[in-house]
Amino acid sequence: MKFLCIECDRQMGFAERELPGDGTLAAVFTCPACSRSVAMLTNPMETQLVASLGVQIGGRTVPEQPFELTRSTVEGGRADAFNDAPAQAGARPVWDDAARERLSRVPSFVRGMVQRIYADYAAERQIAVITPEVMDTARRELGLEGM
Amino acid sequence: MKRIRTYNQLTETDRSDLLGQVASQRERVTARLSSVEHVVAVVSGKGGVGKSLVSAGLAAALARSGRRVGLLDADLHGPTAARMLGVRASSLAVRDDEVEPPVAACGVRVMSSDLLLEETAPLAWREPGHERFVWRGTLVAGMLREFLADVAWGTLDVLLVDMPPGSERLDTLVELVPGLAGAVVVTIPSEASYRAVRRALEAARSAHVPLLGVVENMAGYRCGSCRADGPLFQGDAGERLSRDAGAPLLARIPFDPAMQSLVDQGDVASAAMALGPAADALVARLGSSGEPAGREEPRA
Repeated sequence: MKFLCIECDRQMGFAERELPGDGTLAAVFTCPACSRSVAMLTNPMETQLVASLGVQIGGRTVPEQPFELTRSTVEGGRADAFNDAPAQAGARPVWDDAARERLSRVPSFVRGMVQRIYADYAAERQIAVITPEVMDTARRELGLEGM
Repeated sequence: MKRIRTYNQLTETDRSDLLGQVASQRERVTARLSSVEHVVAVVSGKGGVGKSLVSAGLAAALARSGRRVGLLDADLHGPTAARMLGVRASSLAVRDDEVEPPVAACGVRVMSSDLLLEETAPLAWREPGHERFVWRGTLVAGMLREFLADVAWGTLDVLLVDMPPGSERLDTLVELVPGLAGAVVVTIPSEASYRAVRRALEAARSAHVPLLGVVENMAGYRCGSCRADGPLFQGDAGERLSRDAGAPLLARIPFDPAMQSLVDQGDVASAAMALGPAADALVARLGSSGEPAGREEPRA
């Protein structure tokens, strides 16, 4: 799917994406010539159809994780099915209580993967303590709205 | 009206590049399987013929003969192969881009949805509640892709893929693994099985999958007391399918309650012994070049 600005005859570029949490998706595309924007709004079925392919509108911000599609879509997975080791070597950030509590609400089957993505994000930026604010920033920067 | 460029006429960089993302997924599969010499599907057109038993027994027999073997249980909704090899769920180590598979006592590397799901949980998805059929096939295909691409299979001589009953999933496997070495077809002797498996055989042919051989399971009943073989099902589906496929009948295995009991407990040694000659014949069919001997040209 692509969007064309008819006036400028230019392909509109992906600008941002939002997953409000109700199964829908909003993706904004902007014309590089005239800056006109359009929003593509998908219903839950359309959103699911794209998600089922294991692809991300707007492109990938985090390398594909092992069993990413399985872990993020399967219900009834064992909490300890995976033992996620940190990808980045060296000092690991610590989680404050509020961040840890928020992480505990992530479904257990995928929690280790999500934890690793946030921890790698923090380690790469030399953030020593992961707080809910750090998680919000990471979600925004990495496009992890579903996490 | 102003002429509007069509999809394929747009050449600007596409940040989403969804087709590129899908291509990247396929490349991961190809890269992962580059160290696997032969990927072989074990198929049947019908449930209950003992396909997983044959898969596990073949895998164990190949391992006993010194070959490096993996078994991917692609029966995602009804996984049994891992347990037959004595592998129980444990925490799978995740490294950068791969998951380390458990290794059965017989040396076979195994991946199965049985290792991921809660004990009695069916395979189910977090998804909107309407029109689920639209994407469920896509999710299953995606899961199979991850079983192929994200498992640290390592260097293998043979990766057996225990397919679910029916033939539709074979198309998915062929798309994901264009270099599929071929398929072993499992049947029981009965006419009903012949008819169902014959369809699977044709589906394999249509997908240009070489037919490597036929295994007839439950070919008689082995008495638990005197060990003599008696009749169980009427029919000669194994021989007929072998002729139809132009592929050898690799093995005829009687139903042996003693063997079944051992396999249920994760002791696949007796099945491996029963399937030893079949494993040798399979390897001979595969040859060393990756092409089975006597491969048929795809039908027009």
